Amino acid sequence: MRESGGTATGTEARLSRDEIRRYGRHLILPEVGLEGQAKLKASSVLLVGAGGLGSPLALYLSAAGVGRIGIVDFDVVDESNLQRQILHSTPYIGRPKLVSAKDRIHAINPHVDVELFSMRLDSENALEVLRDYDVVADGTDNFPTRYLVNDACVMLKKPNVYGSIFRFEGQVSVFAAPGGPCYRCLYADPPPPGLVPSCAEGGVLGVLPGIVGTIQATETLKLLLGIGEPLVGRLLLVDALTMKTRELRLRRNPACKVCGDHPEITRLIDYEAFCGIAPPAEAGEDPDAVTVTDVKSRLDRGEEIFLLDVREPQEYEIANLGGHLIPLNDLPRRVHELDSSRDIVVYCHSGVRSGQAVQFLKTLGFRKVKNLSGGIDAWAEEIDPEMARY
Amino acid sequence: MATRVLIPTPLRAYTGKQEALLLEGKTVGEILASLTATYAPLKRHLYDDAGALRNFVNVYVNDEDIRYLQKEQTRVTDADTVSIIPSIAGGRS
Repeated sequence: MRESGGTATGTEARLSRDEIRRYGRHLILPEVGLEGQAKLKASSVLLVGAGGLGSPLALYLSAAGVGRIGIVDFDVVDESNLQRQILHSTPYIGRPKLVSAKDRIHAINPHVDVELFSMRLDSENALEVLRDYDVVADGTDNFPTRYLVNDACVMLKKPNVYGSIFRFEGQVSVFAAPGGPCYRCLYADPPPPGLVPSCAEGGVLGVLPGIVGTIQATETLKLLLGIGEPLVGRLLLVDALTMKTRELRLRRNPACKVCGDHPEITRLIDYEAFCGIAPPAEAGEDPDAVTVTDVKSRLDRGEEIFLLDVREPQEYEIANLGGHLIPLNDLPRRVHELDSSRDIVVYCHSGVRSGQAVQFLKTLGFRKVKNLSGGIDAWAEEIDPEMARY
Repeated sequence: MATRVLIPTPLRAYTGKQEALLLEGKTVGEILASLTATYAPLKRHLYDDAGALRNFVNVYVNDEDIRYLQKEQTRVTDADTVSIIPSIAGGRS
């Protein structure tokens, strides 16, 4: 698994007296001991993402004494991250997550060598970035990056400790370990955009990425130490609401396009295209979109516009534009509440769900229906700064 | 005879928020047909336009993927649990 581990780095991985004091509770574990702790010191982990899953990964792996931790992220800390991304804290709002991560890791353990990659991982840079690490821990929230990390790990033969979350439910597994399956063996294709809600739309219990990311950290340490039974060929499901866990068997698919017996994908591909994601269109280019400033001035002129809100009731309670509330999922059976002869503007939080509602209504013959570009969030930003944002 | 079917969080919006259902059927295919007959909007989440199970939704009988059993012809009893496991995305932001 590791090219740089073992005896070659044995001398440089000797522990100082400070380190022996620090890692005492590890050293008295027979499964770790001095030898295991030296292995951790000589090892390296790449974290893809410093968000909800990346937070407990970074905290526990640095506390455990992993010698070198790389982090890929290009985001800045936002106030709405702090409900779950415990790597970051209030004084860092507006600053790069990488800066916050590095400061926090060094505050926990100055012995850790932190390497920062301020970039979006893509087909051009992924192999180069991942190559230098023993294990990759995937904390991404989107399908293009997840398939990219999977394929790159298969090609580089790096174990990929995978975690994913939605609302109260998480999945964890270890992919691309020798003989084990990869993410494509589990899901050959991604869902088309819009069919599966994201956390931004669906919400997530703040502690859930803590649970899932901590399990990922545990699996990472087991792989580095070579102990226990890693989650290879097993998919762990965690439901925080019922507090039940289940385990499903995963098999390497001999027909898998990337890790199968006759792989078709031997070089990294265009993952945005693979996931059916087109570059974001400007409001002016989308014939079905209207801007918040346009709607505001039309309302100010006294124009009759029917506002349709397709969010969930709990979102409506936080802030609304006085629109008629029909959650997107209820729209098919409640469409009779709408008058297709009226000018309708549909809005949601950021414009994704309302875009789907517009497309759906158009298939039913609605002609005068538009999507509020950027949703109520754009309204709060550009029109009404007093409005609560979430 | 009814088999327990576990509905994952992202699809509970289509089953009246129920997380488990008891459905009749001798095979996985019959169980899923019964499910989508009761909850029609669920159908496009499970099947593509050609009527094949979608590649980002897996179906398990107990802990085994039906792709490695007899697919939708896999026989089930009331002692079995059928799970629908779609891909989920969340974590970083």
